[in-house]
Amino acid sequence: MPTTEARPRFFHLTALLLGLMLLGACQGDYPQSSIDPRTDFAETIHSLYVQVTVWTLAILVVVWGVLAYVVIRFRENPNRPAPKQTHGHLGLEIAWTIVPALIVVAIAIPTIRAVFETQTELEGDPLIVEIIGHRYWWEVRYPESGVTTANEIHLPAGRPVTLQMNSADVVHSFWVPQLGGKRDVNPLRRVGPEGEVRGYTYLYFTVREPGVFLGQCAEFCGEGHSLMRMRVVAESESDFNAWLADWQEPSATATAPPPPQDTTIQTPAEDPLVTLGRQTLFTSTCVACHAIQGAPAVGVLGPNLTRIGGRMTIGAGLLENTPENLFRWIKDPASIKPGVQMPGAQEGGGGFPPTNLTDDQIRAIAAYLSSLR
Amino acid sequence: MSAHNNGIWSWITTVDHKRIGVMYFVTALVFFVIAGVEALVIRIQLWRPENDFISAETYSQMFTMHGTTMIFLVAMPMAVAFFNFIVPLQIGARDVAFPRLNALSYWTFLFGGIFLNSSFLFGAAPNTSWVAYANLTSSQFSPGHNVDFWLLGLSILGISSIMGGVNFITTIINLRAPGMKLMRMPLFTWMTLVTSFILVTALPVLAVALILLAFDRFFGANFYQPMAGGDPILWQHLFWIFGHPEVYILILPSFGVISDVIPTFSRKPLFGYPIVVYAGIMIGFLGWGVWSHHMFTTGLGPIADAFFVASTMIIAIPTGVKICNWIATMWGGQIRFTTAMLYCIGLLAIFTLGGLSGIMHASAPIDLQQHDTHFVVAHFHYVVAGGVMMGLFAGLYYWFPKVTGRFMDERLGKINFWTYFVGFNLTFFPMHISGIYGMPRRTWTYAAELNIALPNMLSTIGAFIFALSALILVYTIIKSAISGEPAGPNPWNAATLEWSIPSPPPHYNFAEIPTVRSREPLWREEERREIEAVTLKVPDVEPVMPNSSYMPILLAFGVALTWGLVMTGKWWAPVIGLSYVGVCILMWAFEDPFARKGA
Repeated sequence: MPTTEARPRFFHLTALLLGLMLLGACQGDYPQSSIDPRTDFAETIHSLYVQVTVWTLAILVVVWGVLAYVVIRFRENPNRPAPKQTHGHLGLEIAWTIVPALIVVAIAIPTIRAVFETQTELEGDPLIVEIIGHRYWWEVRYPESGVTTANEIHLPAGRPVTLQMNSADVVHSFWVPQLGGKRDVNPLRRVGPEGEVRGYTYLYFTVREPGVFLGQCAEFCGEGHSLMRMRVVAESESDFNAWLADWQEPSATATAPPPPQDTTIQTPAEDPLVTLGRQTLFTSTCVACHAIQGAPAVGVLGPNLTRIGGRMTIGAGLLENTPENLFRWIKDPASIKPGVQMPGAQEGGGGFPPTNLTDDQIRAIAAYLSSLR
Repeated sequence: MSAHNNGIWSWITTVDHKRIGVMYFVTALVFFVIAGVEALVIRIQLWRPENDFISAETYSQMFTMHGTTMIFLVAMPMAVAFFNFIVPLQIGARDVAFPRLNALSYWTFLFGGIFLNSSFLFGAAPNTSWVAYANLTSSQFSPGHNVDFWLLGLSILGISSIMGGVNFITTIINLRAPGMKLMRMPLFTWMTLVTSFILVTALPVLAVALILLAFDRFFGANFYQPMAGGDPILWQHLFWIFGHPEVYILILPSFGVISDVIPTFSRKPLFGYPIVVYAGIMIGFLGWGVWSHHMFTTGLGPIADAFFVASTMIIAIPTGVKICNWIATMWGGQIRFTTAMLYCIGLLAIFTLGGLSGIMHASAPIDLQQHDTHFVVAHFHYVVAGGVMMGLFAGLYYWFPKVTGRFMDERLGKINFWTYFVGFNLTFFPMHISGIYGMPRRTWTYAAELNIALPNMLSTIGAFIFALSALILVYTIIKSAISGEPAGPNPWNAATLEWSIPSPPPHYNFAEIPTVRSREPLWREEERREIEAVTLKVPDVEPVMPNSSYMPILLAFGVALTWGLVMTGKWWAPVIGLSYVGVCILMWAFEDPFARKGA
């Protein structure tokens, strides 16, 4: 009968799929994989994951095995006598209550241990990084050094890190799978007569080796949610410190170079496009939301652009950082990222009017921004 | 008497539980098709990375409406359809305790569903996901009426569910036939009882959450607004205190169905009947203590996380016990592979997988990786689209002969089942993989560099096979209702009371109320003869049944109208609706359901 033949076929199919999945775990490049741990935090989760997966697969095999046996063995057969009318068996009931209970305990103990372990701040002078979720980008602050950047989080490998997170608007969730589990990023609130601030959430981990890791927002936060991406750049501690020291200073081209004192010495002239872009930017509405350290741009609503030219991507991990892409982005960000809170040249956005910049002006601004390294 | 004529008005005014059950089923089936189309749109959009088949905004509306529709307009009402049709027959009652209230439940549900879906006409379909986390739902971040449609629509549906719950608790407690002790009730009736208790306790929690949200949006309150000292996490707690018991509202009826179907087609009584009953009650009870396992990523701290890890894992035990008992029921039986039985076996296989992936994210640290990814999407579709829906379809194939007097077409049924089974697994199994490799849920598109195009393509192909199966199902239902093979009173040779009366049942159900003396009355030759002597005879004088009534549909319309008028934002507008509701209630109160016509 077709049903009994088809069932084992299904098992083959499932086994094949499971096998493919396990195989897939070992090969190919999955930059946002949750089973490729690169921190102590992610390793704790991963070892638990492997353990629980083994338990559950074992149970699955047993249950499916028995089910398949019963379905084949006890299919309707007129040659067998009518079934015995059994109503139950106390011993069996006790057995299949206790066995699952024991398995559950075996899973719960390491789970609860890991729950406490992963929510404790790490010893050894952790680097504190403040993450602020915005619709639809990530603000990154290094409070000890005063550096503010966006969407690209530089971290030292080998040194413990504490991410202190909150949201500027709605609930987001910070998730870079190779660094470990996600944690919601909640808006802060003031409670009590003293106006005490509550609502920070934290992640604690130490990145093992340098590398670039992808992540994105994992709590639905609106139209642009799926494009709220980020990158973590883990570097050796010395590289990281050099990066941090660099980014504490304004970019060399942030402001116009001072007029040369001695006109006899030839200094290389600045690209006129950069000069034009700088002038255009400072007189545009862009500076109402964006800040550039050392320059007359101090807006706080949008991402800080201090060394935007030195970032790998723009638009919260969406586009490669090239002058051409910057041009596209400034001209019409909503066409690239629906829901974006930034106005374009012709169309407003996020409640702001259009910037009314011409293509030439935008090209100049893009050149200026690219120069900010 | 309504059941004697078949005009459209007789259906609109009916208070007969059987007709209301049929209307529930047909309505739920229509919403099932709508939600299925939404799912297909989602899957087409995710067919390849960086796709732009639909806009991000449309995508948000699609997944919000798919989830909301499947839960509130398909799975719940389809279960209620069976509560309605089957429970009174299983306990030997002529109708539910409150027939007009029952009709009111149905019409409120229908208007609630129409209300929710009418949002599409205004281009303002809900777009903040079926969990609608605060403070994204505030007027600041969600201007427009999208969230209003959602919260008002769900409030209307909640009223319907609470009324239904009250009705079925009363019916099951009070209207059982003589000798039908609690521990002789068929499992489906038992699970209906447990579900009804959850309905009347869980839905009010959702109502509270929705009312607070309504105050925030319409009257400038700040319950969920952090800037003003409110707390968005409060929504998460309230929503999941409702939301997790809701999961058991969905699955327990299906557990009830298969607990009746498996014994019938194994030719053996249910193994460990009292244990299966107690396990169901346990699940219903424990379901209240696990809500924060939906909030492991929220940041509640290790103590709360540890507690909810433990409570969640405990609930796995009674569920496992049930599965063992169902398999033990089949053990040593003579298993007949009818389509209904195939769906039961499919449920056992698939629900087990879904339950086990549930154990994985019950482990909080693992959940930090899996939460809000397609792995979780796979998990809950295994338990809902696999578990809940397969159970309900088992019930459909099983009780269809009772409802219509005709068999479902078994050949088409087999095709329906196997396309369902293959399509389902092909759709949802690959989501485990895309989730593990970093695909968050509720994302309109995904980056090509994530390397998850393949599992997404498989899912999309599977979804179309799944959709084909749904079409086959609808066709099978229509074809069988018109020209199915006639079935007698007890075509499956089943044991419970609903099979002792003619198919389809007369409008009064039981000519005389039989006396029950055991758990499987029709499987004991002597008892069966005794019962059928009174249930199969044609009475000299038909039992008096309540009159049909226009009041339920009129009142239900008033409820939807009032809620709709709230959206105008004018304080006096809903008062108009309320006045209308008041008039309806008064007329209802003075209507005599047993008044003789023309007297």
